[in-house]
Amino acid sequence: MDSADSIEAIAAGVRGGERSAVARALNLVEDRRAESRPLIGSLMVALGAGRPEGHRVGLTGPPGAGKSTLASALASSLRKTGHTVGVLAVDPSSKRSGGALLGDRIRIETRPEDPGLFIRSLATGGELGGLARSVPASVMVLAAAFDRVFVETVGVGQSETEIEHVVDTVVFVVQPGSGDALQFLKAGIMEIPDVIAINKSDLGEAALRAKNELSMVLGSARNAGTVGGTGPDVVMVSAARREGIDDLVAAIERHRSSQRASGALAERRLQGQVEWTLRALARRVGDEGIEREGGWGAVRERLEARIRRGDGTP
Amino acid sequence: MNLPLKDSEVNAVGHAEELTLIHSALVALRRGDPAAKLQIQGSAPFSKVADVFNDLVEQNVAMAEERGVDTRILQGTTQNDIMKEYLSRGTYIFPPAQSLKLTSDTILFAVRNVPNWNPMNLCSYHLQEAGATPVQEVAYTLSTAIAVLDSVREAGKLTESEIGAVFERLSFFVNAGMRFVEEVCKLRALSLLWERLGRDRYGVTDAKALRLRYGVQVNSLGLTEAQPENNVYRILIEMLGVTLSKNVRARAVQLPAWNEALGLPRPWDQQWSLRCQQVLACETDLLEYPDIFDGSRVIEELTRAIADEAWAEVEEVQRLGGAVACVQSGYIKERLVESNALRIRQIEEGARKVVGVNCYTESERSELLAGGGAGPILTLDPAAEAAQVASVRAWRAARDENAAGQSIEALRRGVARGDNVIPLSIAAAKAGVTTGEWGAALREVLGEFRAPTGVARGATVGGDRTIESVRAKVRALGERLGRNVKVLVGKPGLDGHSNGAEQIALRARDSGFEVVYQGIRSTPAQLAQSAVEEGVHLVGLSVLSGSHNELVPEVMDALRAAGLARVPVVVGGIIPEADARALEARGVARVYTPKDFALGSIMDDLAELVRRAHGLS
Repeated sequence: MDSADSIEAIAAGVRGGERSAVARALNLVEDRRAESRPLIGSLMVALGAGRPEGHRVGLTGPPGAGKSTLASALASSLRKTGHTVGVLAVDPSSKRSGGALLGDRIRIETRPEDPGLFIRSLATGGELGGLARSVPASVMVLAAAFDRVFVETVGVGQSETEIEHVVDTVVFVVQPGSGDALQFLKAGIMEIPDVIAINKSDLGEAALRAKNELSMVLGSARNAGTVGGTGPDVVMVSAARREGIDDLVAAIERHRSSQRASGALAERRLQGQVEWTLRALARRVGDEGIEREGGWGAVRERLEARIRRGDGTP
Repeated sequence: MNLPLKDSEVNAVGHAEELTLIHSALVALRRGDPAAKLQIQGSAPFSKVADVFNDLVEQNVAMAEERGVDTRILQGTTQNDIMKEYLSRGTYIFPPAQSLKLTSDTILFAVRNVPNWNPMNLCSYHLQEAGATPVQEVAYTLSTAIAVLDSVREAGKLTESEIGAVFERLSFFVNAGMRFVEEVCKLRALSLLWERLGRDRYGVTDAKALRLRYGVQVNSLGLTEAQPENNVYRILIEMLGVTLSKNVRARAVQLPAWNEALGLPRPWDQQWSLRCQQVLACETDLLEYPDIFDGSRVIEELTRAIADEAWAEVEEVQRLGGAVACVQSGYIKERLVESNALRIRQIEEGARKVVGVNCYTESERSELLAGGGAGPILTLDPAAEAAQVASVRAWRAARDENAAGQSIEALRRGVARGDNVIPLSIAAAKAGVTTGEWGAALREVLGEFRAPTGVARGATVGGDRTIESVRAKVRALGERLGRNVKVLVGKPGLDGHSNGAEQIALRARDSGFEVVYQGIRSTPAQLAQSAVEEGVHLVGLSVLSGSHNELVPEVMDALRAAGLARVPVVVGGIIPEADARALEARGVARVYTPKDFALGSIMDDLAELVRRAHGLS
């Protein structure tokens, strides 16, 4: 276990983007032991001092949509423009065995001599349908080390609503012809993402159909007032053919700058922190504990006030 | 991914070997050996030139043209089946659709210009090695055949009679295992369905064109490291499956050697295997009779059952978009990984008996194994490696650089335009372009591909009775470590035989480990990078190329340089005893060989090694 005085050294290494320091920090934030908690807290504080942080992007969408290939294409495009990239690939754990196969790494092209691209796989670790509890802290570590951080999650459901509390931009990856994702959007089961990428645009007609269908869904969302402004950017990409990748990068960057300009970014990060702190607290004290403290609403309010004062770690 | 050529793997795996083989064949031809009877079997060793650099077609045609020989008399076979590379052997570079275009280029060229050439061996062999059941073997090979024939028909805009000529030139390379009655029926079923496919889908009517032609290498998967002398019986019995039935008798039989689970066979071991088919052909009365199974109800019923099931699966693959789509989605690979997992579990539990392995394991002292030293296997002469490298270098030094460069450029432009790759490659061969240069040019145009591993979504097949206790152990260990036990499973080097690594990854997951599966073809530096970034507690390596003595220490060094000297490393592969001891002396925690068939106890070991590495009681 890392000692308290080495935390500063790890944090410095993370800020410098050193591969082994980033890995050690991730090992630590994944550590569930009670005695590790204060160390994780100190690491978070030490990393929090090192702003500005990297921009955090969630890549989400149904299995088979090509998220890993897209992450690989995005990473290599960003590396070419001199940005460093961290990827957190989240895969589900088996409920029965507790084990997991983390297979996304091989779909992303890395070079040992390039420390500017870092990939970490993470199993959900049995969190029912959701993201692993260490995800926010892992994302924070990566954001302290790299310019751009991608969090890749599988499936449509619980983890998608959670991911928006962890990242600054949610990119929803759709595969033409699958239909389910659009159904989820239409039915309002899923929040409207910040950017929509229609992958496999090489499928031609099916991709165009998906785009038209999407425009209809977004149009009715705008009419219903559930999406503001012009709604999310919709980008046609082909990760396999490396087409449209620059457009997608541009769409992400647009969302990033507009959020920074409007101040929405700070608020979004703060709300995310409140959500995750609330969950962590609930895990520790349980429903009854929350009730004793005045119920969910009250506890949330108090947490938010505390975090706004700058007192509280994720 | 651009892998540097590993000197240590020359002779064991990869391109240099083939280049040199082809190179020396050409040199022999140049000396004036009669090209008129040139006939080279390019099936097994030459297929490693991934993605259809069919050196033989190209280089032979180039050679024949240089010597003024009519290419129409050239005879030979190229394997040219890329699908089984994605599914089993791992020697591929380009994405499936692009590879299929190269496959059909080769076929179209051969049918039109080298009509006596067999331009493709549809390889069901490798599917069985990857765990395929007889039904799967038949179904997925026929699915590949459909993809190839459809692609050729479309690319060449072929008429019905032209596609018939293509159909006739396609042959099969099959496998035969120990259940030889089933194997007889599998081949009869394949023959039935091949004929049906030819008639119904491609309008072939000529009875001769519709006949199934195949060569065989009998099963290596079932050869055992324990009591290896028993493999001689296995090889004989497996040969019966492909020779007894005259209607579906193999055209060419390749038999493995008794000691292949120990290492590379020596010339004498190979001769012993060769004599097996000669004894059958010369001393028995088998060849005097028509098909001895005609009219057998048992054979008919089993044949019918396999054919029906296989055809249903062919239709399922078509429903899912065909063989290419099913390779891309991982559907076929997942089915194979599942079948292999089931087979391994049956052996572990004793439901499938393997003599000397899970029953009758007691043995007298073996005279065959008593030699000492490296064991009864071939050891490679390190000087041969240097000689081959020097030979390739000399070849390159002797050519006209300018002409070579121009032909590479022409190749690049032509392939980008969609031209047939073969004439361009023949021009390149004449200009002295090497396989490596050829591949690099095509990589730029066609891109590269990583096939689905089949393990990520593979269903749980479960393990033997020990799995629950291992799970409990792994879970408890994770609690004490603070996070779940995480292991990296990878294959250093160019060897693409991933079946073993896949089964380890799958069972490790089912035993509660978090498994980072790195797939095939990693450099030691890449494996070390993954081990660091992923924060793994243990690294498992699989090496089947025979290059373990070089690759494993390189990985150990890379891990040490990355600050992971304390992470235990285990190695699996066909590793002779003396090598295993040497690797352990270099710090490898455990070496597993084919005799360690009980995956459950390997999993228990892994947990134990992690526990000890962390000094936990």
